[in-house]
Amino acid sequence: MTVEKFDAIVVGAGMSGNAAAYTMANRGLKVLQLERGEYPGSKNVQGAILYANMLETIIPDFRDDAPLERHLVEQRFWVMDDTSHTGMHYRSDDFNEPAPNRYTIIRAQFDKWFSRKVRAAGAIVLCETTATELALDADGKVIGVHTDREGGIIHADVVVLAEGVNGLLGTRAGFRKVPKPEAVALAVKEMHFLPEEVIAERFGLSGNQGCVIEAAGTISRGMAGLGFLYTNKESISLGIGCLVSDFAATMESPYALLEAFKGHPSIRPLLAGSEIKEYAAHLIPEGGFKAIPQLFGNGWVVVGDAAQLNNAVHREGSNLAMTSGRIAGETIAMVKSRGRPMTSENLCLYKAMLDKSFVVKDLRKYKDMPALIHTNSRNFFMTYPQLLSQAAQNFVRVDGTPKIEKERATTAAFVKARSRWGLVSDAVRLALAWR
Amino acid sequence: MTNMRSELKRLMHIVVCIKQVPDSAQIRVHPVTNTIMRQGVPTIINPYDLFALEEALKVRDYHGGEVTVLTMGPPMAEDALRKALTYGADRAVLLTDRHFAGSDTLATSFALSQAIAQIGKSFGTPDIVFTGKQTIDGDTAQVGPGIAKRLNLVQLTYVAKIASIDFSARKITVERRSEGGTQVLESKLPCLITMLEGTAAIRRGSLEDALRAARSEIVKWNAAEAGIEDMTKCGLRGSPTVVKRVFAPTPRAEKAAQIDTTEKTVRDVADELVTSIFTHQPALEHELSSSRSA
Amino acid sequence: MGTQKSKASPPAGGRADTKQKLPERFRDYRHVWVFLELERGQVHPVSFELLGEGRRLADQLGVQLAGVILGPPGDSTQHAVSEAFAYDADLVYLVEKPLLTDYRNEPFTKALTDLVNNYKPEILLLGATTLGRDLAGSVATTLLTGLTADCTGLDVDADGSLAATRPTFGGSLLCTIYTLNCRPQMATVRPRVMRMPQRSNKPIGRVIRHDLRMLEDEIVTKVVDFLSDGQSENANLAYADVVVAGGLGLGAVENLQLLKNLAQTIGGDYGCSRPLVQKGWLAADRQIGQTGKTIRPRLYIAAGISGAVQHRVGVEGADLIVAINTDPNAPIFDFANVGVVADAISFLPALTDVFIKRLAPRNPMRLLN
Ligand SMILES: Cc1cc2nc3c(=O)[nH]c(=O)nc-3n(C[C@H](O)[C@H](O)[C@H](O)COP(=O)(O)OP(=O)(O)OC[C@H]3O[C@@H](n4cnc5c(N)ncnc54)[C@H](O)[C@@H]3O)c2cc1C
Ligand SMILES: Cc1cc2nc3c(=O)[nH]c(=O)nc-3n(C[C@H](O)[C@H](O)[C@H](O)COP(=O)(O)OP(=O)(O)OC[C@H]3O[C@@H](n4cnc5c(N)ncnc54)[C@H](O)[C@@H]3O)c2cc1C
Ligand SMILES: Nc1ncnc2c1ncn2[C@@H]1O[C@H](COP(=O)(O)O)[C@@H](O)[C@H]1O
Repeated sequence: MTVEKFDAIVVGAGMSGNAAAYTMANRGLKVLQLERGEYPGSKNVQGAILYANMLETIIPDFRDDAPLERHLVEQRFWVMDDTSHTGMHYRSDDFNEPAPNRYTIIRAQFDKWFSRKVRAAGAIVLCETTATELALDADGKVIGVHTDREGGIIHADVVVLAEGVNGLLGTRAGFRKVPKPEAVALAVKEMHFLPEEVIAERFGLSGNQGCVIEAAGTISRGMAGLGFLYTNKESISLGIGCLVSDFAATMESPYALLEAFKGHPSIRPLLAGSEIKEYAAHLIPEGGFKAIPQLFGNGWVVVGDAAQLNNAVHREGSNLAMTSGRIAGETIAMVKSRGRPMTSENLCLYKAMLDKSFVVKDLRKYKDMPALIHTNSRNFFMTYPQLLSQAAQNFVRVDGTPKIEKERATTAAFVKARSRWGLVSDAVRLALAWR
Repeated sequence: MTNMRSELKRLMHIVVCIKQVPDSAQIRVHPVTNTIMRQGVPTIINPYDLFALEEALKVRDYHGGEVTVLTMGPPMAEDALRKALTYGADRAVLLTDRHFAGSDTLATSFALSQAIAQIGKSFGTPDIVFTGKQTIDGDTAQVGPGIAKRLNLVQLTYVAKIASIDFSARKITVERRSEGGTQVLESKLPCLITMLEGTAAIRRGSLEDALRAARSEIVKWNAAEAGIEDMTKCGLRGSPTVVKRVFAPTPRAEKAAQIDTTEKTVRDVADELVTSIFTHQPALEHELSSSRSA
Repeated sequence: MGTQKSKASPPAGGRADTKQKLPERFRDYRHVWVFLELERGQVHPVSFELLGEGRRLADQLGVQLAGVILGPPGDSTQHAVSEAFAYDADLVYLVEKPLLTDYRNEPFTKALTDLVNNYKPEILLLGATTLGRDLAGSVATTLLTGLTADCTGLDVDADGSLAATRPTFGGSLLCTIYTLNCRPQMATVRPRVMRMPQRSNKPIGRVIRHDLRMLEDEIVTKVVDFLSDGQSENANLAYADVVVAGGLGLGAVENLQLLKNLAQTIGGDYGCSRPLVQKGWLAADRQIGQTGKTIRPRLYIAAGISGAVQHRVGVEGADLIVAINTDPNAPIFDFANVGVVADAISFLPALTDVFIKRLAPRNPMRLLN
């Protein structure tokens, strides 16, 4: 085979890889994208909420033909114990704006669409092709990749590692370490199919309106974790995730957690009569700012989940992935247009631009959160939810007990469970981590 | 010199018919409405057709020549063709026209046979047309024989192995699966072969194949471009069969009568089961015992 | 699928207009034909099953039932003729020619299409075997008529049209298909889907002989050899009276022995669900279900099989289905007659023992008669 050389190879056709490939192809670069799945999105798992703004920056008119399920008008946060939930709901008609801010999507369909755009922009996309190893020259500069197909190395000036959370290629090349178990969560997810009218009725939605429930509490059995329920057009995505280190310590099975979550009296009626399809499990990077690895080097950059760019506190990932992919793509196009080589001196521009974006600013804001949550998971995910629930019930139930006594009982319960000092310190630490 | 040779020795041209089908393992029927839930059901190349494609590629690799893949379907069937190119096919033709909607096997084989004739005119007359044994959605095994009849090709169905091809003598020998054994058939080119499953390991295309597939233009024909003039033979109008009703199977029986196992030994439960079997089937007891003692 | 048939028949009168629209040239197409498949001298049992179905359809339509036999001159073809009558055909169309000795598409297609064009049947049924499917596809295309493959139910509509019911979408649904404005209405049916009818000793009736004008030289394809599967021990699964089958619940390949022991004890045959074939534990011809064999035994015992729809369609014709499964919610209990929630590994040996004891000749006199 004649040695064919590309300006850039993008490994992975997820959110970050597609953003990078699209950006570069759109600027006239000769781009090859490799995806190990049968088609883009075939292996990708996400809740999934799409944040419109970051996609708009890349493809302004995406709303014309992207497969979007519902735009979100209502968000519920639930704190759960075994039989109840205490909730905060936010719903606003403002979200029925002409260009809505958040949508639910189904990644298998969305990624296919995104990939069509990438192809239309001129990139070559090879599916069922796994990049097995980076090819380096004698000086350690990345010059291309090996794949699992016959035919040797494919060469490129730069390789964009958009391979998702597992990031085997980068790890194998020694560019980053295997993420620590306390820096990744394992999430399991199911799709429950229901007729469109039933979903509309159960959640009080009309047209393409959608609703999101995010839940924490005893559903994660004291582990640091979160459950979610998102409405799609004709299905509900439902899942729960916890830190891998917690799973290891407690020997809980993710599937059992999901079963229990589904069976919870607050969730069960929302799913009644549905047909379950697709069970999937996937990792989410949760290490935050402190877990971000080296982002560039000679002949390579790393983007998205592979770079641990994920905001666990706000459940944002795909938008950080898209933004980092776009910035990497812009950097590479700029370096190329100036006729410079793809060395780390020139690619450091990527990090500089990323630092200035919301991606790194947000992650820096919450840099202490992961450690706090990890070390205090029992309090945050078991004790407090139970206390809150009791307090709420105490507050609502009318049984002749004077209100003042009720309040005292509630306060006493909190103090008994965490001690006065514990309560204060939890509050202070949470506030500091949030700041 | 090489020109002379190719003048003398025409290379083989093989057409493979493939169909894009919903992955039936993932089809679900809505529990309430009894309709098919298509949302998110991925499509695949009909698994049986992959064996036809593999055999075609093997023949090409051995004898030289070209493989053209052909499908009739909606525009998105292009994905299946591109995938076939990745395996190493040389050219892909998509026959797509909304007038084909609702085709049964007779109308499908008509449209495909016309397209194959057109492929013959445009890219060289095919020496072999391959189809899969059957599809997993239609499951009829009729389209292959239908094409053969219309193109007046020798028909070799359920082929387990191509034993030999003598291209210059236009002879082919195949092993054909039949009831109770295997027929060894000697026949002539051009012919149509429907290929059995499990006949070979499906190859993985090389990087070169994959890159070429990604860059290939897929030939897209509507009815007119495929040379089809008589539209009464296409789609719903050209289909003598119509589906009148789709429904869920009625349960065979009420829920099974469960044998209570609480606080019983395995032996007792087995005893009770055998009694229950012989109560349902009194004649069986006698027959089984006499056959045992015989 | 007896239970389905009555329910599957569409509302009467639904298509009363179709018949009137039938083109003039098809108006005199009458009678039901069944193609009798000769497999190296033997009639394939599916042909008798079809004669049973054909009889019912012919009686409903008030027409005659004919068998169609294509074969070489000789005893086996003559035997097939008498068998057709024994299974209640009113007449037989016969083409006897040496070049019909082995099945080949060309002469068989010509012989059958000639017969149809001459004698004009309204319904033509064939077995969905490799032979039947090969032939039916060519004949239907030559005649430009509709063909419904792999039917599980056949019925006659109020206006006399054939309502052919078959599985669709991987067996999860059934559909009823009509052939509009064309004759004959053709259908193929898999072996064992229909019940085997009673054989009687009816004498040979009217035989209409037809000549096939074709010379061996005109036939391109030659049969140079036939490699028989031999007296394969597996040949009988579809026709066994008692079948014991195992699924993934058996856990390990060694446990197949438990299955074989039970089968042997009760004089039955054994089979399996598809995953066991995929694992290479058993040969493909042991697979029961949509992509395997359809069985119709009097007793079917399924151990460690969940009862997926693709398996279910292959066993629904059994008279009595017994399911052994550890999961009380396994779908197989939805269509089995008798269920036992138990571990197959320990239950199968116990069941075998009980059968041995029960079936032991208690009375030695039994041995004498
Ligand atoms: C359950 C769950 C819910 C989530 N919910 C949300 C949400 O609601 N909103 C949100 O914004 N984010 C959410 N996220 C996070 C979000 O999914 C990720 O942040 C985002 O998908 C990251 O994109 P990416 O391109 O970096 O990686 P991915 O989307 O994982 O893509 C990586 C791609 O690379 C391919 N690949 C990997 N290795 C190779 C190789 N060697 N060769 C070729 N191809 C390779 C993979 O097949 C894959 O297609 C969620 C995550 C999970 C698990
Ligand atoms: C196109 C297509 C065609 C197919 N064709 C066929 C076909 O022809 N035939 C076929 O069978 N399948 C077919 N299948 C596969 C089918 O869908 C099912 O996957 C298959 O039948 C399941 O096999 P199983 O019941 O052995 O395994 P499983 O579904 O895994 O069930 C195993 C069962 O064993 C039980 N069990 C576990 N341990 C024990 C124990 N110790 N004792 C007792 N019970 C135990 C479990 O509770 C479970 O119910 C087809 C699928 C497709 C997509
Ligand atoms: N729409 C189609 N396009 C191309 N080939 C087809 C199509 N439908 C059926 N075939 C071919 O015909 C074979 C038998 O199909 P079927 O008769 O539907 O079981 C398949 O394995 C394919 O090779």
